[in-house]
Amino acid sequence: MPKYVIVGACAAGVGAVEAIREVDPVGDITVISEETCPTYSRPMISDYVSGKAALSKMKTRDDQFWQKNTVQALTGKKAVRLNTSERTIALDTGDQVSYEKLLIATGGKPFIPKMEGTDKDGVFTFTTYSDAERLAAKIDAIHAQKVVVIGAGLIGISVTEALVKRCIAVTLVELQEKILSLLLDPKASEIVENAVRNEGVNIVTGQSVQRIVGKPANEGVVGGVVLTKGEQIPCDLVIIAIGVVPRTDLVVGTEVKTNRGIVVDSSMRTNLPDVYAGGDVAEAYDFILNQNRLLPLWPLAVLEGKIAGYNMAGKKTDYAGGTNMSTLKYFGIPIVSIGLANPKEDPALEILVKHDAENNVYKKLVLKDNVVVGMTFLNDIERAGIFFHLMKNRINVKKFKQDLLADNFGLASLPESLRKKMNLSE
Amino acid sequence: MVKRIIAKQEACMGCGLCEVYCTVQHSKSKDIVKAYNQETPRAISRVRLEMNKPVSFAIQCRHCEDAPCAQACLTGAMHRDEETGLVTHNKDKCMGCWTCVMVCPYGAIKIDKEGHIIAKCDQCNELDTPVCVANCPNGALQCKEVKP
Repeated sequence: MPKYVIVGACAAGVGAVEAIREVDPVGDITVISEETCPTYSRPMISDYVSGKAALSKMKTRDDQFWQKNTVQALTGKKAVRLNTSERTIALDTGDQVSYEKLLIATGGKPFIPKMEGTDKDGVFTFTTYSDAERLAAKIDAIHAQKVVVIGAGLIGISVTEALVKRCIAVTLVELQEKILSLLLDPKASEIVENAVRNEGVNIVTGQSVQRIVGKPANEGVVGGVVLTKGEQIPCDLVIIAIGVVPRTDLVVGTEVKTNRGIVVDSSMRTNLPDVYAGGDVAEAYDFILNQNRLLPLWPLAVLEGKIAGYNMAGKKTDYAGGTNMSTLKYFGIPIVSIGLANPKEDPALEILVKHDAENNVYKKLVLKDNVVVGMTFLNDIERAGIFFHLMKNRINVKKFKQDLLADNFGLASLPESLRKKMNLSE
Repeated sequence: MVKRIIAKQEACMGCGLCEVYCTVQHSKSKDIVKAYNQETPRAISRVRLEMNKPVSFAIQCRHCEDAPCAQACLTGAMHRDEETGLVTHNKDKCMGCWTCVMVCPYGAIKIDKEGHIIAKCDQCNELDTPVCVANCPNGALQCKEVKP
């Protein structure tokens, strides 16, 4: 009987368990997870801090998930050493687990820049439920009134909104000239920036935090930050939300090949025959850039885990790939951004833009050789998925290009041949 | 067997009654006058009339076999109901992250902006025939049983 071992119980780990069980109902599955709480949604932890959701609402699978899938879940344990020739994993408890097929789904860890003061009491990162729990408890305990958030990406914006909902004064510091610069072009970013400012957030762009300083009465406790240009901003807490880096520690010193993350092929297999990787730790395929890269996004992690699971269980499946694709729900502006949404100037790219200032609707499409390779929709996003379909299937839009940004553009605007392919009507 | 709602483009006149009946069915009162004139916010139609004259047809959740919305869902709110075979949305778990909206190739997931959640076709679960099908004056929407 095959023996599957999965390190990590987050998105990719859960996806893999489900896929393995689809193919192999009886093989032994062991999951090793440092976290003890049930499988929950990491992108949603800001809703815990804002008070909108309890852990029960954030659970992505029910509490019997491990039992239902007959998984041996080793929770609260850390995989510390991988021996690929013996096919064993050593745990921090001293135990050893042997595998026939291994999935490394260890995820990412917050990137903490080298600067003075990150060890002070009151400095947080924000990627796990326990981060959220500790942050919420700290806010209550010290009645935090001022917080500095470093980094205005997805995580930074999400935690900023949660803090605003708790009536905390936030200063959001972003090194780039614009917030959400990996997802939005300057115009879209400006629209969001205005909405964030309207909620009272102090946004500082083009600067970073040089060091975190202590309170005059107690140097060990956060009292403020000093920005690159020297300005000091007093605060009670600092949240570092600059990004995540792959947690590759487990494969360091082994034969498993890494670049920035673990290198995998289209079956999510590493360079070793029985070792797979998926999720934030792996460099999976980007169908827009046509290359493998780090894409630390939840839905992609689930899919990558699923593909790995199928292949581990013997069902040959190729990963079609993902791309930089995100939705945002914060500050009252629904956003969908996919692919090359904010490309550098390039004569090969054609850009279609529509801005309806009255309704605060902004739509942008980026085309290359008549194929949509990037998009950003703000506020009017209901039909965004149709465009994602066009992107994923590299559909040539030349014939209906002029209709793409029309208000009533929808499935009926697609050519008949495509509608037939999509089985839309008889 | 699982039900699928099939649109017949040739028969669709683009009247939009499917949207009206869907709105009423998903309203609190299930009464057309109250649903449109008294309930705020108005219930959301889960079916959309797609029109680009002369082409028109209605579209609602296809309950895809390999449902991208369920796979992408950040909270587990979108899932396949093992009993009915339908892609089902648990609104108590939905956190309105819009990820399902991004990946639905049909644009069939509606946004409930007031409720900060999504709304989608449930095939009028408690009824034998979905209201959009039962009330299409030209038979342009039909139910078919297919293998799950």
